[in-house]
Amino acid sequence: MKRLRYTLWIVVGFAAALFGLFAYQLSQPKDDFVESAMVGQPMPAFDLPPAVESRPGLSRADLADGEPKLLNVFASWCIPCAAEAPQLDALERAGANIVAVAIRDRTEDVDRFLAAYGNPFTRIGKDDISEVQLAIGSSGVPETFVIDGNGVITYQHIGDIRADDVPMLLEELRKAGS
Amino acid sequence: MIRWLIPMLAALAFIQPVSAQDRMPPAPYAYTQLDDPALEEQARELMHTLRCLKCQSQSIADSDAPMAGDMRHQVRTRIAAGESPDQVREWLISRYGDYVSYEPQVSATTWPLFVLPIVLLVLAGTVLMRRIGRRKGDDAVDDAA
Repeated sequence: MKRLRYTLWIVVGFAAALFGLFAYQLSQPKDDFVESAMVGQPMPAFDLPPAVESRPGLSRADLADGEPKLLNVFASWCIPCAAEAPQLDALERAGANIVAVAIRDRTEDVDRFLAAYGNPFTRIGKDDISEVQLAIGSSGVPETFVIDGNGVITYQHIGDIRADDVPMLLEELRKAGS
Repeated sequence: MIRWLIPMLAALAFIQPVSAQDRMPPAPYAYTQLDDPALEEQARELMHTLRCLKCQSQSIADSDAPMAGDMRHQVRTRIAAGESPDQVREWLISRYGDYVSYEPQVSATTWPLFVLPIVLLVLAGTVLMRRIGRRKGDDAVDDAA
């Protein structure tokens, strides 16, 4: 009889702990960010044609030439991408080599976007079916990846780059170079 | 009422959808079925168990988001190229983690999901058995009395 009581209390305690866990998780704000599982992995093979005439396209080989780079995933139809333009500009002025992948974008739209917000990119690949985006585990625009000189992804920044993210990204880039 | 309805409907006709999305056509296999019905069936079944990353409560089979279309294109072309549905699922999990799959796999983080129900069942069974056993015992005592 006594032992049964104890067993019951254990069950009650277990249920209470479970509901406590539910309550805690429900009270936490929802995290919509899907982090890439490719951080720490080498860039998969790809070869994209140029998105605009003024810049060459982008392939895996371009990302394994010894120099660490920022890879910006953007689109002209994406509003936060316009908002992060000054920060990309600041990163470029600080010496970052920034390459880009334009997602589901038309050449004339990318040209108009770059004319309006500036062009900090040395290469822009045209990804019409999000193949590179899916291959590197990016789930939206804009996202910025740090790629080291061997073509290994070392860091992922999800969402637009805010002014206070700039030093952090430069630091990640420096770490990728050492 | 009717007097207002007509101009309102006329105004509706001029509303342009806000273009937060691109103007590119969908990927070739976003809305096109594979020629082989057996492969299409495999692809379809898989698509219903993969999460759309843009619209996270929908499967890529249910979503009209361009990214879901691009994911369906990947699923169909990979299945057509001879990959098994499990290989395609693994490919996506290696990019996005377990989150992308609606079909839970046993892994280092998900094993409690599979073990806990068994533990609970065993626990409930034990309590029940003891109770029933005790009542039987009580009955026996009553009979004797």
